[in-house]
Amino acid sequence: MSNVDPNFEPKIVGFFCNWCSYRAADLAGSARITHAPNVRTIRVMCSGRVDPTFIMKALSLGADGVLIAGCHPGECHYIEQNYKAMRRFHMLRHTLRAMGVEDQRVQLVWASAAEGQQLADAIDKMVAEIKQLGPLGWSQNWEENGQRLKALEDIVHEHQEAMEVPV
Amino acid sequence: MSGTNGKGKLAIYWAASCGGCEISILGIDDKILELAKAFDIVFCPCIADGKVSDVEKMADGEIDVCLFNGGIRTSENEYMAQLLRKKSKVLVAFGSCATEGCIPGLGNLHSRQAIFDNAYQESFSTENPDRVRPQTKTPVPEGALHLPLFYETLRTLDQTVKVDYYLPGCPPESPKIWEALQAVIGGKLPPPGTVIGANTTVCDSCPRTRSEKKIKEFKRTWEVIPDETTCLLEQGILCCGIATRGGCGALCPQVNSPCIGCYGPNDDVEDYGARLFSALASVIDSQDPREIEEIIQKGIPDPVGTFYRFSLAGSQLRRSKRVAAS
Repeated sequence: MSNVDPNFEPKIVGFFCNWCSYRAADLAGSARITHAPNVRTIRVMCSGRVDPTFIMKALSLGADGVLIAGCHPGECHYIEQNYKAMRRFHMLRHTLRAMGVEDQRVQLVWASAAEGQQLADAIDKMVAEIKQLGPLGWSQNWEENGQRLKALEDIVHEHQEAMEVPV
Repeated sequence: MSGTNGKGKLAIYWAASCGGCEISILGIDDKILELAKAFDIVFCPCIADGKVSDVEKMADGEIDVCLFNGGIRTSENEYMAQLLRKKSKVLVAFGSCATEGCIPGLGNLHSRQAIFDNAYQESFSTENPDRVRPQTKTPVPEGALHLPLFYETLRTLDQTVKVDYYLPGCPPESPKIWEALQAVIGGKLPPPGTVIGANTTVCDSCPRTRSEKKIKEFKRTWEVIPDETTCLLEQGILCCGIATRGGCGALCPQVNSPCIGCYGPNDDVEDYGARLFSALASVIDSQDPREIEEIIQKGIPDPVGTFYRFSLAGSQLRRSKRVAAS
């Protein structure tokens, strides 16, 4: 897209798992690794806790993107729930594609508690990609154009004007 | 009950719907006589003559119960929803269309322009050399002719006006309709906002045998003849029973056909499709991202039509992204 707004700061909701990726974010902080400040982090116990409803809800309420971060496959604190997260993510992406949402807007990354730098890089990359895409502004998709209220008024007038057969 | 003859006043209206809901009301059979004893049907364009102006002349709240089926597709639908809301004490979103958009709501995958182009130009059986499209106003020598405005996005009834009760289903099953009508007749209404169905899923009333679910491949219904006693989902057939509200009696799986989800989400579920594909994802038997993607791509070619067949308009995203404002 050519008309990228340089002032656009994406709002990204992040769901980070308690055991790996939230700690990676913590590590990035204590190691003073700089990264884009656009992710609003929500800590969940496991990436497997992230119901796709949360993501749909975030997008419908104005988020420009959603980042899900969990432990690496095989390293889940709850044995295999991150695989569940992975399968849900593929289902979600398949569905969102069909609804016209670009792949970059919902991403899944794996970050161990030691990977502060990798997580910061993933955040920077995602923010840059969404800046290129521009705002999502989902609720604008629901708006009718200005004709709607006029059309409703017209019905009232029409009914008033309509000829009734005199009794 | 407000009528002078001691009877209540009942209205039945259709907006963007197919008429199947009215048929389902007739499915209560001889109990229709009991209904007629309790209610005067004051407005029902499907079965009785009546004018909108008659409704406009009524006092506010004069109708005791209005069963409103259909989604809000045009300005006329919206006008009628507002009018009937004002004139009715109890407004029931009747059927899947009014509750969550149903099949007409799948139009939300397209723009008004695309829908018109298809309906009035591109479809195989259409011949329209002058490229005529419906206009909201057409001048003729006698004056102006009007058509309602067709909206870009179909909305559900409760996205338009306040709704008291929901009766889901495509169509609602007659026993549930009778149950709801009896509650009204007997003055035993549940708390406002109640969805009249079961507070459980279709699986609960399905007689098939269930065991551990692990799926390597989703099969389309035409690809296999399913075994009649095992859970359809375990056979790889995408059955929506796991996420769908019960109340229908699991009619479809009992005749070897998968549940397609017409009773919508259970209580406390905000997004039917998300709940459904989340559950389906859990039973895919693979941990390899490439294989998972392949299983999904091959087995579910139309994700929105599969997960949101009845609930797109009522889902959290409500529609697909609009490309350019028209």
